[in-house]
Amino acid sequence: MEAASVPEAQIAPQAPRKTGGATDRAKSERRLAYMLCAPAVIAMLLVTGYPIGYAFYLSLQKFDLRFPDEKEFVGFQNYVDVLTSSTWWSDVGTTLIITVASVAIELVLGMAIALVMHRAIFGRGAVRASVLIPYGIVTVVAAFAWRYAFDPTSGFVQQLPLISDTWAPFNERGSSLLVIILTEVWKTTPFMALLLLAGLALVPGELHEAAKVDGANAVQRFYRITLPLMRPAILVALLFRTLDAFRVFDTVFIQTAGANGTETVSILGYNVLINRVNLGLGSAVSILIFIAVILIAAFFVKVLGTSTAQQRGEA
Amino acid sequence: MTRRPSIAVAVAALATLSGCGIGGDEAGGPRTVNWYAFNEPGGAYEQSIADCNEQADGRYRIEYVRLPTDANQQRELVVRRLAAEDDTVDLLNMDVPWTAEFAEAGWIVPWTGERRRTAERGRLEGPLESVTYQGRIWAIPYTSNTQLLWYRKDRVPKPGAGFTWDEMIDRAVSNGTQIEVQARQYEGFTVWINALIAGAGGQLVDARGEDVVDDTARTAAEIVGKLARSSAAPPGMSTNAEDEARLGFESGRSDYQVNYSFIYPSAAEVSEDFQRNIGWARYPRSVEDRESRPPLGGFNLGVGAFSSKKDLAFAAAECLASEDNQLVAAEKGGLAPSSEAVYDRPALKKAFPFADLLRESIDQAGPRPVTPAYTDISQAIQKTFHPPADVDPDTIVDQLRERIDKAAEGGIF
Repeated sequence: MEAASVPEAQIAPQAPRKTGGATDRAKSERRLAYMLCAPAVIAMLLVTGYPIGYAFYLSLQKFDLRFPDEKEFVGFQNYVDVLTSSTWWSDVGTTLIITVASVAIELVLGMAIALVMHRAIFGRGAVRASVLIPYGIVTVVAAFAWRYAFDPTSGFVQQLPLISDTWAPFNERGSSLLVIILTEVWKTTPFMALLLLAGLALVPGELHEAAKVDGANAVQRFYRITLPLMRPAILVALLFRTLDAFRVFDTVFIQTAGANGTETVSILGYNVLINRVNLGLGSAVSILIFIAVILIAAFFVKVLGTSTAQQRGEA
Repeated sequence: MTRRPSIAVAVAALATLSGCGIGGDEAGGPRTVNWYAFNEPGGAYEQSIADCNEQADGRYRIEYVRLPTDANQQRELVVRRLAAEDDTVDLLNMDVPWTAEFAEAGWIVPWTGERRRTAERGRLEGPLESVTYQGRIWAIPYTSNTQLLWYRKDRVPKPGAGFTWDEMIDRAVSNGTQIEVQARQYEGFTVWINALIAGAGGQLVDARGEDVVDDTARTAAEIVGKLARSSAAPPGMSTNAEDEARLGFESGRSDYQVNYSFIYPSAAEVSEDFQRNIGWARYPRSVEDRESRPPLGGFNLGVGAFSSKKDLAFAAAECLASEDNQLVAAEKGGLAPSSEAVYDRPALKKAFPFADLLRESIDQAGPRPVTPAYTDISQAIQKTFHPPADVDPDTIVDQLRERIDKAAEGGIF
């Protein structure tokens, strides 16, 4: 408690020198802080901690809702089953293809759109609002729209020049993945652009002017000034989108339901957990997805952490 | 301080409101029988409910709880309620392959004694087999369904008695036209594969639920692969379900289509001429020297095991599945009857000009595997045969065995 009172005194050197009173106040303030935080913490524990814990507990059991009598504790057997199956690994591969491709395209497009939104002189509100429209559309609706657009009997894509009238993209793996990735990109590029726009706003104009005076052209200024200063914003945007993209479900479910080698880990989890009501195995899949997401987050936070530290060091 | 009372009032009001809501929705009344069934678009179910409620004269009142039309979604929704032992699930409209799964899990109760006799009386063989599991009857057959071979009378000759898939594919290829099938990775694909295997004299799993995959799976793979790799494969074949097949046939690209009878009334909406040019024949053979075993669809009515009104539910089911109401389902909903006698009624012949062929096909249909792990096994079959153009007859038997075994023991496949 003394340790707590010391920084308090340091921060507020002008406060009356009643250390005893300050400690009381600090104590009561801290108590108040805990009480104010408590509802949020309890709610978080209830809505995230409990389900995660329960899923982990379920994943250690052989438990199928259809065969309640066969329920038994099997330790990590479900994890062994999942991790030794070729299905899990091919699904991870598919998920990674969708994730990497869609996030990469979104980053490039999102950056371009963010620059346009940043520079827009008139109609700034209208530009920003119109760019955001795809993001405002329900994913399932967007997935259906793209599916129908590419449908060989009712779609319009086949009517375009250079495209065969009978092209059925969902008939093959490559073209199925292409449409899925395009849908994801169309849907979430605005989100990426918004996050990047926030980063752009942080780049001070004076630096650009100074560089201009020194004779740097637009490309040099973008790579030497804008990008390095935006790095934290870019990494946050990448982190959010990668976590999202790794759990892709709606688009794939609507467009192919996992057929033709487009099954992602979330589709696998859905099939086992919801369709086959195999709670044990399905929970193991969910927990593995959760771990994968944590690994991705940890990777980004590490990269993000070092880069911001570097920046602070340089500054 | 001034806010506190208002929050308390709001909370109290909310509690009362939600309390009312739950009471109103679920309890209904002591004589209400909740019937969980898909939202039948033709109005047949509604009419049958009204008729039965009138006949019951206050003894019970059937309440229609509407489910989605997609079979997978129907199952998902009722399975969750049953697994949670929901006592408001009184009566279930069950797709034919659900019987073993629901019976084994203890979600439905068997029909015994006089009730069993009512459920069995006058039913066709196929529907009756679909409600039987381990020697007991678990539901009353209600509607039935099967696929016929539909063809263009103006383009191809009437398929003879021994018409095979091979012949059909060859003919479509030489005509430069296509054949409409259901090959999306979904339940309808299992229906096709199962019919091909049954038509070759094989079976996927036996009565104990063990896999008995043999060379008939190879025959099925040869047919599926041959069609998928030929010019008779319609565009997007591996993503087509029943409705895409219907649309493809209506577009005129195909001479043949295997599908359920709903395509016939739909054809009249294209044009009367088009409907006149549609002929029907028995499902094609997998092999030359064996009768085909057409797919079997339809709905059975099961009584929920957790219901507190089982007696009323049994009575309601018997009324809904009566011959008169089967006729209503046929006329308004296009659903084939499960009782033999209904096929002789003039009204049915008018609704289904192909009624005799329908009855024969249902009677000789090849049912889907009867096993509690049906959902798992069906997914395993779909995954193994999909995509149809890549299916390899040389490895299919081993692959299918391995996947079905994994599925049956609750593993990942």
